[in-house]
Amino acid sequence: MEWEFTLLLLVNGILIGLMYALIALGFVLVYKATDAINFAQGEFVMSAGIIAAVVVAASTSFFLGVVVALAAMVLFSFLLERVMLRPLLGRPIVAVIMATIGLAALLRGLLPLVFGAGTRPISLPEFIGEEPIALGPVMLQPVQLVGAGVSILFLAGFSWFFLKSRMGIAMRAVADNQQVAMAMGINVERYFALAWAMAGIVSALGGVVWGSMLGVDVHLALVGLKVFPVVILGGLDSIIGAVVGGLIIGIVENLAAGYIDPYVGGGTKDFAPYVVMIIALMIRPYGIFGKRKIERV
Amino acid sequence: MSAAESLADRAAASPILTVQGVSKKFGGVTAVQDVSLEVPRGAIVSVIGPNGAGKTSLLNMVSGFYRPDTGVIALEGDAITTLRPSQIAARGIARTFQNIALFSGLTVLDNLMLGRHVHMRAGVLSSALYWGPARKEEIAHRERCEEIIEFLKLQDLRKQQTGALSYGLRKRVELGRALALEPKVLLLDEPMGGMNQDEKEDMARHVLDVNIERGVTVVLIEHDMGVVMDISDRVFVLDRGRRIGGGTPEEVQRTPAVIQAYLGTSKGGGQT
Repeated sequence: MEWEFTLLLLVNGILIGLMYALIALGFVLVYKATDAINFAQGEFVMSAGIIAAVVVAASTSFFLGVVVALAAMVLFSFLLERVMLRPLLGRPIVAVIMATIGLAALLRGLLPLVFGAGTRPISLPEFIGEEPIALGPVMLQPVQLVGAGVSILFLAGFSWFFLKSRMGIAMRAVADNQQVAMAMGINVERYFALAWAMAGIVSALGGVVWGSMLGVDVHLALVGLKVFPVVILGGLDSIIGAVVGGLIIGIVENLAAGYIDPYVGGGTKDFAPYVVMIIALMIRPYGIFGKRKIERV
Repeated sequence: MSAAESLADRAAASPILTVQGVSKKFGGVTAVQDVSLEVPRGAIVSVIGPNGAGKTSLLNMVSGFYRPDTGVIALEGDAITTLRPSQIAARGIARTFQNIALFSGLTVLDNLMLGRHVHMRAGVLSSALYWGPARKEEIAHRERCEEIIEFLKLQDLRKQQTGALSYGLRKRVELGRALALEPKVLLLDEPMGGMNQDEKEDMARHVLDVNIERGVTVVLIEHDMGVVMDISDRVFVLDRGRRIGGGTPEEVQRTPAVIQAYLGTSKGGGQT
């Protein structure tokens, strides 16, 4: 039935979109606080996925895998900020961009070298199950539901953090004007480190969520590429933009796969988001919720 | 208490801020050269001079944004020359900026609360949960901010985003945010720049109130000679990076070098 098919595509798009939003959040957090564009976001997700998969396989404990991946990514982001990015402070933004691109290549090469290039599963704990759950006429994969649930939880958590908590407000102050933030006694470097650590957290979660859905190998990094349509559509510095952008891209992707793929033989899912991105850039280059000043980047 | 008496009292106390032989070069340009001055505790001290005289550079060194090439800056006898801006703010020196530098996406109250940052102690987790001591702390900080809001008559604007406020009000909010630090010394970089006469008078009144009621030492950079001479206890004059005069407003207006460099050659004391 036609409307059921559409509904299925929409619901799927929303779930996937939320999971995109989670990864996009890592990107937005870093950009918001430090003005740096992290081209290695996808590789962060991949690294977290690989670490989680290895630990889950070795210990047969899903939660240990999540905890280790979280710890590893936070530590890694922390070190990255301290060792690689802080010396670039005040340099042209291109320097940071090139550094993250280099880092991306390094991670894509190094992790398979250490852990092997094969595709690994991240097996979810048993209580989540593998049977699709029927929601009216729509069948949903438990993995997707968990992923979307985790995404909503963290998106809400970070929104609250930025709107209400004093550290979040201080971080917005840092993003707004570093000089003035310093004059207020805010230790700007500490907030940079915090932003990267938070990006590490969402990358780890994204790695586990996406890894358990797609399996873990180098291709998991490609999820990071989808972040660009999401954040450009939503606005580079907006959390709500990451959510809305994620939802739009998720839905567009699924509708394209459902309605256009049958006529052209597949593959539209992978480029439809970029068509949306290009249209967004032409109409509203700073994104739906982005600040206008972003135009000059 | 007469003006002369209060000045004598203030001068007798040890200076709260001393700048000693401070120089700063940018490339080949000397912005500040061998400048020394003392700021008596509880005084209003103005730094005047033509554009490019090095006033803002001096302020930037005191607040830690520039590090002097030579010389020492001390707050209550402790050198702060090499500290970072955030550390200097924590020691009790607050500042405002020449171009209004409010966090425009935040409300008036949030801007003031950010001024409380150096006094906030609760950890990440407890403040994230808004629980126990963190909650108590938050309420206490909020109360201090409310005092300042009342002090500066910003009651109706608490929840307004600062970007939407008028120029004069934004300057006032910026003053409030600096006050929220509860500074010992307040550095004001052209607080009346670009204001009309009414706004200037309001601001001058607020600066006086801050000084008298809250006991804050004020260092002021200002171009309006009328205001400077009216409210300052001491005036220092810079020209091309050097200090060319200093003393009470009356003394400064009589110094020939100052008159020549800044106040105009015909007579002193007029508006420039």
